[in-house]
Amino acid sequence: MLRMVKRAQMSKTKSTGIRLLAVFLALATAAILIMAMNLNPLEVYGGLFKGAFGSAYRVREVIIKATSLIITSLGIAIAFKMQFWNIGGEGQILMGAFAASCLALNIPDLSRPLLLVLMIIAGMIGGGLWALIPAFFRAQWKTNETIVTLMMNYIALKWVMYLQYGPWKDPLALGFPKIPNFTLNGILPKVLGMHIGWIFAIILVFLVAIFLNHSKKGYEIAVLGESENTALYAGINVKRTIITAIFLSGALCGLTGMIQASALNNTLSIEVSEGIGYTAIITTWLGGLKPVFISLVSVLFAALLQGGSFIQIAFGIPQAAAQLLQGMILFFVLGSEFFIRYKLVVDRPSLGEAKEELEE
Amino acid sequence: MNTTAIVFFLEAAIVSGTPLLFATLGEIITERAGNLNLGVEGMMLMGAVSGFYIGLISQNPGLALLAAMVAGAAGALIYAVLTVSLRANQVVTGLALTIFGGGFSGFMGQRLVGEVAPESIKLAFKPFVVPVLGQIPFVGKIFFQQDFFVYLSYLTAILVGLYLYKTRIGLNLRAVGENPAAADAASISVSLYKYAHILLGGALCGLGGAYLSLVYVPAWQENVTAGRGWIAVALVIFATWNPYKALIGAYLFGGLDIIGFRIQGIGFPVSQYMIDMLPYLVTILVLVVVSLKKSQENSPPKGLGIAYFREER
Repeated sequence: MLRMVKRAQMSKTKSTGIRLLAVFLALATAAILIMAMNLNPLEVYGGLFKGAFGSAYRVREVIIKATSLIITSLGIAIAFKMQFWNIGGEGQILMGAFAASCLALNIPDLSRPLLLVLMIIAGMIGGGLWALIPAFFRAQWKTNETIVTLMMNYIALKWVMYLQYGPWKDPLALGFPKIPNFTLNGILPKVLGMHIGWIFAIILVFLVAIFLNHSKKGYEIAVLGESENTALYAGINVKRTIITAIFLSGALCGLTGMIQASALNNTLSIEVSEGIGYTAIITTWLGGLKPVFISLVSVLFAALLQGGSFIQIAFGIPQAAAQLLQGMILFFVLGSEFFIRYKLVVDRPSLGEAKEELEE
Repeated sequence: MNTTAIVFFLEAAIVSGTPLLFATLGEIITERAGNLNLGVEGMMLMGAVSGFYIGLISQNPGLALLAAMVAGAAGALIYAVLTVSLRANQVVTGLALTIFGGGFSGFMGQRLVGEVAPESIKLAFKPFVVPVLGQIPFVGKIFFQQDFFVYLSYLTAILVGLYLYKTRIGLNLRAVGENPAAADAASISVSLYKYAHILLGGALCGLGGAYLSLVYVPAWQENVTAGRGWIAVALVIFATWNPYKALIGAYLFGGLDIIGFRIQGIGFPVSQYMIDMLPYLVTILVLVVVSLKKSQENSPPKGLGIAYFREER
């Protein structure tokens, strides 16, 4: 009979190998789908790669996409580490963008560095406060944060829509529903042809890694994520830990919002979040909640998105195919984790089994 | 507002609450088996696009419903394999299913955008008056002059209720959700129960999605669910896992969903976008209120969200 046994500890290389195999299997499954569309999967995947890395411009586009994805994923990782399912990244991005836009639109004459610094702070506070609402309910009354954070996404979206179609609408845009563009003072400068956000992302990867692994708060978050009872027993202030962690989580998403509005859209619009808040959930999980791995996965996913829009034009594959592929990769990796944690053994007479166990 | 307007509003609230009711009932069955499936939105979208597509090419309402149920159940099957057999994290697997379902419907629906549901299907799901019941003043107009789908949803709610509370299998199911180890010891096949009910739940979510694309709209539009799947997840908590209370919740939220349109109709000076926030705001409010007063009866199945592994008892 086939039986499952929990593994002790699997080596890092072996578990990474299993995860990579899962991604490969997801791509192979998608290849069958591509063949069903009468296309050659190798050509399509080749096109995906070319679309992402085929020229210096495309590489820069990938890095720009990865920047927002990394910063958001880092925020999501802090929450997930605590088993707080923050799926409100979209809303926190929008509200961060909203807070930063308040400054950019109202005090555009401030000196550029000062305005940008203030916008960054405002963006982080905006996203952080938006995340604090579900965090407060969870800390106070254990209200299900998954649904609340998601509902907050829709509320934020409607709020920005209200501004865009209502009071903030540009009177000079001839009736087109659009908020006026920021002046140059409100737009992030470029470094090496890409907006400066990529430098923020690199710094933040290390800061968040240190915070999660080597700070007292980071440790408390991890303990709380494992078990609330353990946290209480260890004298950790549960409420305060939830509030701090989720404020940070939302603040990082809010920073993404500021970057998206300032550097990419040059204004606030309902498009600033671009689904980053949802994609970040996948990249965070695939990166095993570890900042360095998260940033690698984010670059891969940014390439997938960038290459996805290329193959849409080249092969006529719907844009949603990229989303479908993301879902499939996540399914396969989730399934593969079983084989990291458990192993299958075939039951034999007890002597043989004991021997086998000894050999391990 | 006069009585006729109120009756019309309530009648429309039932229609708009029907997709929510199907999805909520599906999720109640799933969660009763101890599995939290956050992929409702994804399964609804899969059902919506599959039902619409098959309805369009076959012109057959029965086949369209079947396709929607199969698609919803197929999404649920992926979830079941991952969470029941492979013991993956239920929250993340549900989110993955939502992402996958969104991609699936976008992918399949690319060529369907702008297509209208065929006449044969519109005809099959046209409102009709139930004899006797439909003649009752007010109540008849609100509840019994609806379409086939709506009657099906009433029947489903009652059947789910009877199944959960009055049958042996329903009792076993609740045992699996509350305490899988005890159910296992009583020689109930935990995995079989989980699989069967997760699939059934998915099929109902698929039906809810199909109602949107085939009857409610009735044409294909991208992301036709617009967050209703998530509201259904919240409604399960609102209904305290009780299919009868799900009726109240679904129609309440159905009403909220259309109130903006009506208020604008009578010239009330509030931005449409502000009113559009209402269902989401009320969902949060409901969750907070429910979490404020926790009681034995109102609490979720004890085994909800935890993978059952016999060897780890």
